[in-house]
Parts: sequence; C-alpha cells; structure tokens
Amino acid sequence: MNDVLQIIVKRLGLGLITLLVISIIIFGAVELLPGDLAQAILGQAATEETVAAMREELGLDRPAPVRYFAWLKGAVVGDFGNSLASGIPVTELIGPRFKNTLFLAVYAAIIAVPIAIMLGVLAALYRNSVFDRVANVLTLTSISSPEFFLGYILVLFLAVKNSLFPAISSLSDDMSLADKLHRVFLPALTLVLVVVAHMMRMTRAAIINLLASPYIEMARLKGTPQRKVITHHALPNAWAPVINVVALNLAYLITGVVLVEVVFVYPGIGQLLVDSVTKRDFPVVQACCLVFAATYILLNLAADVGSILTNPRLRHPK
Amino acid sequence: MRNTRNREFFDKILEAGRKKELTRRQFMTHAMAAGLTMTAASALWTEKVSAQTPEKGGTIRMGLHDGNTSDSYDPGIYASTQDIQLAHTYRSYLTQITSENGLGPDMATSWTASPDAKKWTFELNKEATFHSGKPFTAKDAVASLNFHRGEASTSAAKPLLADVTDIKADGDNVVTIELSQGFADLPWIMTDYHLTMLPAKDDGGIDWESGDGAGPYKLDNYQPGVRADLSRHDGWHGEGAYVDGVTLTVLNDPNARQTALITGDVDAVTSVDRKTMALLQRNPDIAVENLPSASAITLPMFCDVAPYDNVDVRLALKHAINREDIVEKILFGTGTVGNDFHVAPNMPYHPDIEQRAYDPDKAKFHLKQAGLDSLSVDLSATDSVMPGAVDMCVLYSEHAKAAGINVNVVREPADGYWSDVWLVKPFVFVTWGARPTPDNMFTLAYKHDAAWNESHWKNERFNELLLQAKAELDDNLRAEMYKEMCELARDDGGTIIPFFRNYVYARRSNLQRGESAATSWEADGARFASRWWFTS
Repeated sequence: MNDVLQIIVKRLGLGLITLLVISIIIFGAVELLPGDLAQAILGQAATEETVAAMREELGLDRPAPVRYFAWLKGAVVGDFGNSLASGIPVTELIGPRFKNTLFLAVYAAIIAVPIAIMLGVLAALYRNSVFDRVANVLTLTSISSPEFFLGYILVLFLAVKNSLFPAISSLSDDMSLADKLHRVFLPALTLVLVVVAHMMRMTRAAIINLLASPYIEMARLKGTPQRKVITHHALPNAWAPVINVVALNLAYLITGVVLVEVVFVYPGIGQLLVDSVTKRDFPVVQACCLVFAATYILLNLAADVGSILTNPRLRHPK
Repeated sequence: MRNTRNREFFDKILEAGRKKELTRRQFMTHAMAAGLTMTAASALWTEKVSAQTPEKGGTIRMGLHDGNTSDSYDPGIYASTQDIQLAHTYRSYLTQITSENGLGPDMATSWTASPDAKKWTFELNKEATFHSGKPFTAKDAVASLNFHRGEASTSAAKPLLADVTDIKADGDNVVTIELSQGFADLPWIMTDYHLTMLPAKDDGGIDWESGDGAGPYKLDNYQPGVRADLSRHDGWHGEGAYVDGVTLTVLNDPNARQTALITGDVDAVTSVDRKTMALLQRNPDIAVENLPSASAITLPMFCDVAPYDNVDVRLALKHAINREDIVEKILFGTGTVGNDFHVAPNMPYHPDIEQRAYDPDKAKFHLKQAGLDSLSVDLSATDSVMPGAVDMCVLYSEHAKAAGINVNVVREPADGYWSDVWLVKPFVFVTWGARPTPDNMFTLAYKHDAAWNESHWKNERFNELLLQAKAELDDNLRAEMYKEMCELARDDGGTIIPFFRNYVYARRSNLQRGESAATSWEADGARFASRWWFTS
C-alpha cells in the first residue's frame, strides 16, 4: 500500500513541474499570437493613442518576462489575478463555468460509462453475433460523426419536431436539480454518443484478448459457464486498460466539449477559453489551460492508481 | 356585394376590439362566423387590434449574437452586440434615435446652439434617476462625457469628442459644451452607444464598475457572454417600458438562435442567418425584419500607393463591380446597393445621385486613360469580419475579369485583422458599423488627417466643405454641401462601397413593435426593451 502512496506523491510532484512548464508554453503561445489585448478589445476602434493608454493602464507595456513572473508570483500563492478584459477576478470567472463543465461531464459519464462497459462485456460475450455487429456499427457511426452534427440531429428530433427537451441549455442558479438535468439532457446525450464507442470497443477488445489465455481455457474446461468466465475471470484482469480508456474519455468530457457548448449554448469553460484567446486575455487563458492540464494529470494518476488497485499482482509485488 | 358587407363587418369588430369592447375570444368567434379561418382571424387580431394598443407585462427573452465573456461594464470599450443591446436597456443617453430615425430627447429634454455652433446647451431631465435612487444631475453628465476625453482615457469614443474644449455644469440641470470649431451634429453624436450617462464619483470620475445606470430596466444579474436578467426601473424618465422584465441570452451559434426562436425558448433574436431567412419567413408565428441600415461594406484603396494613386484606376475598379449581383448572391437580398459614397439611404442628408452601374466597357476605358491594358491587384479579406466576405471578393473578381482586371483575393487570418491588415494593406475588405450622420462618418474615415482615413484620400475641396458643413446650422445649405462631398467621394475618392447591410432580426409574432423601427442598431435601435410589448 505504501508503494501506491509513494507513487501518488511522486506523480503529484511531477505534475506540478508539468504545470509550470505548461504555463511557460501557454504564455509564449499567447505572446506569439498577432496583436495584443488592447488591440483585440478596441478592435476596429483602436487608435494609437487609445491603445497606448490602455496598454499602460493594464501594464502591457512591460517586457514579456516581467509580466510572466509577475503572474507566476501571484499564481504560486493561489492568486490568478484579474481578467485583463473585464477586471473580474479569474477565479470568480472560472469557478461557476468549471462547475457547469463538471456537471455536464459527470452527467454524461454517469450515463456513458455503465452503458459502454455493459455493451463491451455483452459484445465480448456474444462475439460476432448480430448483437455484437449492431452495437459496433451504431457506436462507430456515432463516434465518426462530428459532435456538432450529432447535436443538431438531436435538437431537430427531440426539441424542434417533438418538444421533449429544450433546444438551448442555459442554466441559472435558482433551478432545481431535476430542472437542470432536463435542460442539460441533450448536450449530455450528445457527449454520451461521442464517448461510448471508444470505451465499449476497448472493453470488448480487452476481454476478447484475455479469452485466449490458458487460465480462461482452464476455467472453461472445469465447466464454468461462459457468462461467469467473463465476469469472474476475464473482467477483473481487463480492468487496467478499461480504466485507462475511461479516464481518457473523462478528461475529454471536461476539456474537449467546446463545440457541444456552442451548439447548446451551455456556459462551460471551453467557451470561456475561446473568448479569452480571441481577446488575448492572458490570465484567463492561462488559468483555463492549467485547469485542463491539471484535469489530465489527475485523471491519468487516478487511472494508474486504479489499475494498480485492481491488479493483485501489482498490489502485492514480490 | 358580400365582400363589401364583409369589410364593413370586419371594420366594426376591429374597431370594437381596439376599444376593448370585444375580447380576443369573442372577436375570433365573430370573425370565424363571417368565414375566416382560425389562423386568418388570429392574424387579423394580432395585426389590427392588439398591435395598436401596447399592453403591459411579460418578460422579453432576447437571444443575441456576438456576446463575449470579456464584455465589460466599461462604456469606453463597448463593442459587441451584447454590450450595445444591454447598454440601451439598463443605461440612458442624453439624446436618442427615435423609432422614426429622427433625433429625440432622452436624459436631455432640449438643446440649443450658439449661432456659430461652437457652444451647446443641454437642458437635463429633472425626473431622471439612477437605479440606485440617486437623482441625475449636471455633475453626472459632465463626468460621464469627460470619461471619454483626455490623455489617460482608454475610450474608443475619444475621437468623437476630440473638438470639445470644455464641458461645464450650469446649475443642477444644465450642461454646456464648448468646442474648438462649430459642430452642428453634436446632439446626434450624443446618441453614440459609448456616451452613456453614469453616476459621478467625488473625484470627477464615473462609477461604471457597479453596473448602475439610468435606463428603463435595472440589471439584476449579469454574466458576460452568457445572460443578463433585468427588471423594470420604476423611476424611469422616458415613455414606454411596457414589459416587466428582460432577459438577454447570448446565442452565438446561428442555428441555436434560430432553433430557440422556433421552439419558443426566446421571444426574439438578433442576426438571422441569411441562408435560412426565407424558411423562417414561412413560419406564421415568427415575424422577420429586413431593414436597411447605415452599416456599410467598404473596399478602400490607398490613394497614395500605385496603382491606386491614379484616379482612373480607381474609377476602373469602381465600374468593374456588379453590386446588384453581390446583394443578390452573397446577401440573399438583405442589403442595399452602395454608390461609392458613405451616406446610407436611411441617414439624414442622403443626396440623390445617379446610381453607378456595372460597366466593364467604362472600366476598360478608364484603364486605357490610365495608360494600362490590364491590371492585377490583391484584395485582402477574411470571413470573420463578415461571413461571406471572401465569397464576395471572389465574385467581384469574376465581375472584374470582364474588364480585363485581375483581382487576386487574399484570405487573411481572422485573428488580428484590424491591427495587421486594415490600414496596413493597400486594398482590403472592411465593415463599418452604422454612424448617425454624414459628418460623423466623413470625419472618422474620409478627412485627410483622420486616424482611420482608410483610403489615404486627401481632397482639398472635400476637406474644406467638411469643415464648413460641420458648423452650418442651416439644413438646406448643409444638404447641398453634403451632396457635393458625396459626389467628390464617388468620383475621386478611394473607396468602393458595394452595399449597405440590412439588419435582419426576428421575433415571435406575439411580440409587437410600433409602426416604425429605428435602424441605428438591430432591435429598434437596441431599444426594444422600452419600445416593444406583448399581445395576449
């Protein structure tokens, strides 16, 4: 057990260094973009004089390294600064958006993960049957379609033709949970369709792979029914790759859903990031990207720890 | 026979409806008894009865395009549709563009100028209050205008007030503005969306951070780029404000906007997709507006860079564009053809000048005058400033081929277009927001020393007239001067104006507007909140 703790501590340490490197890369990337915040905000209305006044007010006339370290000094103690464009503290800006993104991701995951694993197990169990083929074709079709297209199709059939669900998912704080679940159902369903295939195929492949192992042969020879062979013997050993692919998809649900946010007008963090990049609003871009990076690091860590914990050989190394 | 009798009957029940002697249900029963279908009767009621009598109550849910998370309370950097629509809902201005596109009072009740138009006096509305309850005084007006002046100001409206030398409060309810040169349009300029009235702070600045304002509705909740919820400001000084509340939701995706309108998730939307406009018009529950605006597309050429420094080259390029074709194919009819001077048909002082037609032979003639057989030019554009911008340029390129001109369309990156392409490259695609008066537009982009003189055009007579007309209080004389200036811009200037864009927006038909709508901005000059109402 101590080994696991050691791994977690080590990985978290490495994670912090990764975040630092990422922050430098992001800063550099924003610097490389043509134009700066003053020009982006004033747009067509930018005269030289106004741009200069705005740069001075926001401290954009300082050299790049000075600005980076000023930001870093704050970030180390948890102060991510204020948005340059609107003056609102970054944490205040990101907080509610990130909550929304998490809500949508968890909602989609709660539907998608059990369905995907169940379908994967069943597809492995009835390998090459009609069920297996149909499940494969349907999930592969949904993963191959661009997500905005899936979104539009769902809107057309479930919102416009039959008004079962609202076409736009704008949330407000005073909504009840049931209301929110209803409002957010269409974007969640879109995401489910996008991520199910990946997880289901991985589960199916991992199990089928194991079915060729000698110990499965042994289980079969002693007369264990096929169903039990899979759930008791194959599945426990298949968890490691499955957990990995689930973690990867969860990370995708948090970081890669900007198109779904746009189609359903969902106030998540992706839209915030896009807006901030357009305006060259460095503190917000930086904070959004770090949140994304931290999500990946933590989920990867969770996946590794998960695969260790589900594997007795790794749990009790000799 | 039956028809006349029917008409009399309908007139009678319509009249009764207007006087509220008939309810909607009774009206429908009568109308259907007289042979109308249910839909027709319902339409008749909406059109003829309820449209005439504003009713109180309800909440307008408006879906907006172009709203960003980075939008701010700071009036100096207002730029997006969300900024502009919201500003006219929760804040107020000294003057306003009325529904008939004239100039009307808002927080100022009247205004007068000295004979040389160098000194203006604005009488303020004594009833006006801010949402915080603080009464509006001359001190607030002075601070609000001064916010857009001076060295340290970061306001985009700074050039508008460049000639202002002093702004003074004269008692609590009078403001005087002094200018270095006569300026007849000053009251029109006061409608600019940046120049909103805000409470003054003790240090002479304004409090824009708190989200206070003196508009018809007060801000209860604002998440920039997401939504804003507003409720009626009971102490509002103006007329109208029939509905109880307003919700603005940012719907940047055109499809999401349209779907939300069809499913009734919102009552109105800005910017309807041109391609699907015709389909939307077929829906009886939805009214689509297609109104000419003063927002122009310009293709400026640097008049001091070869080959554009030759007026014949400029004229050749101006004759080589087929404007009608562009309006039809790129805009699906939602535009008004331009005539190479920057005064839109709905602007004051619009002169009657012969429309320039597509004429490849004339273009060839001008090329020959310039001593050229053929011409090849680069035209820069990007789709981010207007969807279809690149397509339009490609279409122009096809038109120009007939005149022996090769227009090579360069697709520029969307990012940084305003800072790296506009005013930098010699021949580019530009969009302009609507400006209220010819003087405003000319001073911004056609005056020889203007920062945005996008065509580097320097015409002595034009600039002389510009200054004269600016201070001229006699309307007829001004109209004559503007006509001459427009002719100069058309025949000598460096700007091709293919068309003025129309505003295309839509509302559900139970949401009514008055007989006319302002075209300074979408949604009745962005004042839909105080001007529109629901019919039951």
